[in-house]
Amino acid sequence: MRTKLKSRKELEELQKKLSRKLDTGKTRISICNGTACRPYGSNPVAESFKSEIAKQGLEDKVDFKVTGCHGFCEKGPIAIIEPGNIFYQKIKVDDVPEIIQKSVLNKEVISKLLFKEQSTGKEITAQNELPFYKNQTRIILGNNLLIDPTEIEDYIAIGGYAALAKALFELQPDQLIGIVKQSGLRGRGGAGFSTGTKWESCRKAQGDIKYVIVNADEGDPGAYANEGLLTGNPHSVLEGLIIGAYAIGAHQGFIYVRNEYPLALKNMTIAMEQAEKHGLLGDNILGSGFDFHVRINRGGGAFVCGESTALMASLEGKVGEPRAKYIHTVERGLWDRPSTLNNVETWANIPLIVNNGPEWFSKIGSPGNTGTKIFSLTGKVNNTGLVEVPMGIKLRDIIFGIGGGIRGNKKFKAVQTGGPSGGCLPEKLLDSPVDFDELTKVGSMMGSGGMIVMDEDNCMVDIARYFLTFLEEESCGKCVPCREGIKRMRQVLNDITEGKGRESDIELLGEISVHLKESSLCQLGSSAPNPVLTTIQYFRSEYESHIKNKKCPAGVCKALIRFSITDEKCPGCGMCVKTCPSNAITFMGKKKPVILDQSRCIKCRTCYDICRMGAVSIE
Amino acid sequence: MSEKVSLTINGNKYTTQRGQYVLQVARENGIEIPTLCNHEAIEPYGACRLCIVEATHGTRTRIVTSCLYPVEEGLVVQTNSPRIIKNRKMLLNLLLARCSENKVIKNLATEYGIVKPPFREEYWEKNDCIVCGLCVRACEQVVGVSAISLVNRGIHKEPAPPYLKRAKACIGCGSCFYVCPTGAVKMEDKNGVRRIYNWNVNFKLKKCSVCGIQWAPKAQLEYIRKKWDLPVDFFETCPNCK
Amino acid sequence: MKDRVSAIIKKYGKDKSQLVSILQDMQAEYNFLPRVELDQLSKKMDIPQSQIYSLATFFKAFSLKPRGKHIINVCLGTACHVRGADLILESLERQLKINRGETTEDCNFTLETVNCMGCCATGPVVKIDAEYYGQMSNDKVELMLKKY
Repeated sequence: MRTKLKSRKELEELQKKLSRKLDTGKTRISICNGTACRPYGSNPVAESFKSEIAKQGLEDKVDFKVTGCHGFCEKGPIAIIEPGNIFYQKIKVDDVPEIIQKSVLNKEVISKLLFKEQSTGKEITAQNELPFYKNQTRIILGNNLLIDPTEIEDYIAIGGYAALAKALFELQPDQLIGIVKQSGLRGRGGAGFSTGTKWESCRKAQGDIKYVIVNADEGDPGAYANEGLLTGNPHSVLEGLIIGAYAIGAHQGFIYVRNEYPLALKNMTIAMEQAEKHGLLGDNILGSGFDFHVRINRGGGAFVCGESTALMASLEGKVGEPRAKYIHTVERGLWDRPSTLNNVETWANIPLIVNNGPEWFSKIGSPGNTGTKIFSLTGKVNNTGLVEVPMGIKLRDIIFGIGGGIRGNKKFKAVQTGGPSGGCLPEKLLDSPVDFDELTKVGSMMGSGGMIVMDEDNCMVDIARYFLTFLEEESCGKCVPCREGIKRMRQVLNDITEGKGRESDIELLGEISVHLKESSLCQLGSSAPNPVLTTIQYFRSEYESHIKNKKCPAGVCKALIRFSITDEKCPGCGMCVKTCPSNAITFMGKKKPVILDQSRCIKCRTCYDICRMGAVSIE
Repeated sequence: MSEKVSLTINGNKYTTQRGQYVLQVARENGIEIPTLCNHEAIEPYGACRLCIVEATHGTRTRIVTSCLYPVEEGLVVQTNSPRIIKNRKMLLNLLLARCSENKVIKNLATEYGIVKPPFREEYWEKNDCIVCGLCVRACEQVVGVSAISLVNRGIHKEPAPPYLKRAKACIGCGSCFYVCPTGAVKMEDKNGVRRIYNWNVNFKLKKCSVCGIQWAPKAQLEYIRKKWDLPVDFFETCPNCK
Repeated sequence: MKDRVSAIIKKYGKDKSQLVSILQDMQAEYNFLPRVELDQLSKKMDIPQSQIYSLATFFKAFSLKPRGKHIINVCLGTACHVRGADLILESLERQLKINRGETTEDCNFTLETVNCMGCCATGPVVKIDAEYYGQMSNDKVELMLKKY
């Protein structure tokens, strides 16, 4: 039964005791059971490990941990075995007994579970040597591998909450703010505002009651960097929040988690309960006299609630409608009180900065863009997952160096960054450094970390239409430019993808875009044009092809494509006939090519995907 | 707090109190700024964006809604700069495409030289409501019954009664009708009954015991009587006959 | 008959600012937001019906219509879109004979969409209740549905 830690000394003693337990010479297995690995069946695999270890009575020989996101989501389920830093990927339940037998008991490596390099086929055993991990700087995410997110003592063992103790007992709030300012940390949610400056304004603002808020509403489709962090290491965020509250003078905090992240909610709730039991949260934290309580709130399924004022409205029990920010939320925010809202990743950086000092932090990244950034690298790359890199790294190094290039030997076409507020960048811009300022210069933005890679099979006009459809659904509807403007833009893009585009459409899209940028109430509206503007700027020929020639070069826009059977390639196996949902294909007998009835074809791509002979073509 | 603030609007200097919004100062001094979702008895909302102006403070110029922008010392405001006019035109284009047959919107559009919106005619709509929220906000802030609210979000957002059925809490005061800028709220007093069609409500009108005019809904009068603890027969006579 | 609404209100200390959380608990309890219980909520917390209805229709998490026994969530996030999520949705719509947002006649399934669940590497992703199905393709849909 844990008794509360009542002083810094007690925390330090506990940390020493727990870290001693780590160096016992036991074999350590850590398996990822994060959200992104679950569709691969990581849960049954984790359960299988547990039962196998118990069955063989190996509990005192093996230290088994179920952790959050390891980062290399493409290869899930994944496990790491120490000593040896052995990295196993795509583990099946049936592999588990063999892993225990060979790798745990006999220190052998199982070849078929190792990572193989894309181009050479070479096997790599050690996780640190994988190109995916080698080229990252995992100062934040790295800890995910070492802890079970539902065990606070794992976090304390690796030095967790030492930064909080340092802040409470060694630093004055103003000093703390100075440290954060000096580090150069900028908000990781997208806006990139100086975190230290924000805290300073809030501290100075009038009012005794102040609030700190964690924005965990990560609504950008395709971005799940916050999810991996919240689920895998909730304490890192919590610790940062408490430190921030102390610096600002807030005694109440809120964590606003998207409704679509059930695991993150669960793990953060457990983390809060455990922190409170240990005296690290609540009244008189570590006997310092500082009180701080946190409430967790779920989102209701609204992307707009990622916007700070809409989020605060939702916390107040109202609909998520943004309001004008002519008076900043650090002065009048939640319930009109000074409030500091920061992104999950921003908060997670704080303990690192306090522990290691601002000079250490500012050496990572580049001047004006210090530290690292976590990206969710997804789409048509070989190695998808969560990557953490120093700011200023080139897009090319992320996509090809870490991402392993385009899958299936296809050609790179574009990379989308910043979610619906960002833009699509073409090949010629692959050497752009990734940071707050550089990407904005070319029309996109870093945003909250979504990085979606596209290849020759993606239609850029379709992508623009996709984002506008998303934004139209998510618009709160309050202001005319966003509500009506996005609707009209989406209608134009729909028409273009259906072959009904007009010559004047591109200019019209440009005009509506300017209006949205200048007159919208919030950033949802003002950045909505970005996907359209960047695709027009860098992929104009695709638009022209759709409008003038009524053709979709990428073969995506249904109204402009036709599926057909290449007779010479069709062996008459009938696979496509069976799976065609509209019975559009007729079986003509073995070794005779099938016949596709265009009038019945609904262009669902099932035949194209299922044919192993490449006999179905899209034109 | 009656600290004085000086600002410039369209080249002329004005002095006002801190805490005022630019729109208020402009109106007090006869400078016209168009609005749709603004009403002096109701908190500004910033939804229609028609009242936008260019505001320069120091080196920074932004487009802001004057209804919600607080005055600052040394602020320089342009209410009709080319950028503002261009934005207002597109705004009205968007509104006209939404309310292609509404008189108020059509007139406003004509004032800005708009004949027809640049969007395809097959997508024009025939709404009257521009979702300015005045009806809802009046009901909440002025009347205090919150009989209606803005429901749904995005392109489907609209003022409506709960469950799209009858607005049970409505007292028939008609504030929503009186504040609506486009005439989208349809109210009719006929044959002793007031109907507000949008919220599916109807009210028997009270007859004055002296002049016989049916002057207000019984429900509204009862609400006011109860709220202010007035005698039972207080509203037997209409205000003219009191 | 337990007064579940009162229990939920009590859990949140009758705090009006927790209205969204209260509605979420009610939705979890009843599988949707029934009108009778919402009216009870309005009375017990002295919140206008119109305000509750406004919240219930603004947030996508809430359903005012009864939902099926199994909730299917198709992810339409960018990464999943890029890998053909639209076609999976269409396939589901065809096989279940309903449109997105609707419930099958036998009340077994409700088909909903989500804009990103955080499993982008394994896209396209479909979630049924608490089970995640990754790397979906049209041919896997029928098999997946058969489980329920």
